[in-house]
Amino acid sequence: MANTDQEILTGLAEIVAEETGLDTADVLLEKSFTDDLDIDSLSMMTIVTHAEDKFGVRIPDEEVKNLATVGDAVSFIKSAQA
Amino acid sequence: MTSAREVVVTGLGATTPLGGDVASTWEAALAGVSGAHTLDNDWAEKYGLPVTFAATIKVDPAEVLSRPETKRMDPSAQYAVVAAREAWADAGTPEVPGERLGAVVSSGIGGIQTILDSWDTMRERGARRMLPMTVPMLMPNSPSAYVSLEFGARAGTHALVSACASGAEAVGYAVEMIRTGRADVVVAGGTEASIHPMPLGGFAASRTLSLRNDEPERASRPYDVDRDGFVLGEGAAVLVLESAEHAAARGARVYAKISGVGLSSDAYHITSPDPEGTGQVAAMRAALEDAGVTPADVVHVNAHATSTKVGDLTETASIRKLFGSDADHVQLSATKSMTGHLLGGAGAIESLFAVKAVAERLAPPTINVDNPDPELQVPLVRDEPAKLPGGDIAAINNSFGFGGHNVALLIQNA
Repeated sequence: MANTDQEILTGLAEIVAEETGLDTADVLLEKSFTDDLDIDSLSMMTIVTHAEDKFGVRIPDEEVKNLATVGDAVSFIKSAQA
Repeated sequence: MTSAREVVVTGLGATTPLGGDVASTWEAALAGVSGAHTLDNDWAEKYGLPVTFAATIKVDPAEVLSRPETKRMDPSAQYAVVAAREAWADAGTPEVPGERLGAVVSSGIGGIQTILDSWDTMRERGARRMLPMTVPMLMPNSPSAYVSLEFGARAGTHALVSACASGAEAVGYAVEMIRTGRADVVVAGGTEASIHPMPLGGFAASRTLSLRNDEPERASRPYDVDRDGFVLGEGAAVLVLESAEHAAARGARVYAKISGVGLSSDAYHITSPDPEGTGQVAAMRAALEDAGVTPADVVHVNAHATSTKVGDLTETASIRKLFGSDADHVQLSATKSMTGHLLGGAGAIESLFAVKAVAERLAPPTINVDNPDPELQVPLVRDEPAKLPGGDIAAINNSFGFGGHNVALLIQNA
């Protein structure tokens, strides 16, 4: 079951908002998880766990460090669903 | 006689089955309201749980905490943070360097809901579905750690565990931190969030819970002849303690002083109190001596009294043994009759009640005592609050825990 980029972004933004308290509107493709959204490693792993659940994909630990921006995560999830 | 560094109470916070803050909790306590009610769930049918009620928290922390806070903290830590924020604001948000600020918040059981929920997740869906916050949420020092993070407390963050005495032991430890010069201000208290079928089943298995399912609000009845066990409660209470000099220098409002800390252990039985009350007497005597007061000065005791057959009477016999005829002028209150038993939070909310009683000269009532046990040896405040005398007065909060832990705190008017 593949989602569109927009569906993935919307779903990811909801997860990030739940974890951080940020508004979903602030979770944009170009935002850096660490520099812009102030997400620490524990929170990042929580987001990954929820994203795996929500999108039915596996995001390996060694891949997480490559997900610098929200856009990186959307792309990874999209390709993992393909 | 006072200690080298006198310790005063300058802030109070609570979230309990009676209310989401100190004002509503205290008002309900004075009015004799019960916080117990039938649980809206299927635990009895699903698990064969013999008890169908408890004293759940009045205000859901989700109403006052942010969504990420409720997701990152076990309920035991959530309650502690809610109470700590109120206490800190109530104290006038003291300006104190982090190196001079401590945090001591105890839980008797720890993050039990997180432990059990995580195990469910792991069994049903595997290790990979477990959340990264699992361990920091379940650890019993989590409430204390979150309170330390909240205010930047760097003089030491502690979580003393002594079952139902934990909250009082935390307050006592905080007093010692200030007396020994380790800190000028300490945020101290206790919390518990264990209303879940497993702990309820465990307590029921030990035959210590009341099974008065048809009358939950009448179930917690310390000293009544028909008492049949305690009512599980939940919640937190936090006190801001401060050296008298520090409080005076910033012109803080002072509720009372905590001038005596008495600790002992029974080494008798893992759950039953020593029937001779030796440890209880020793703890109360130590608190009196520490404060330099005599039983003649004590006008009020907040009893540990959980509404069990044996425990309630052992405590009053201990008071009579130590106080002699001076027990005749003690106004004894058993506030668990209203709050239920907050376990690790109990010693903190009852310390808070004793502080309020001394500050307002009003002992809260004990409800549901239709027929006082004839073996009750101390005058009991029943149904209506009782006025405490003017002048210099002292009160004791007793807290005892499974494991034979005895804590007595001596509170005096400011």
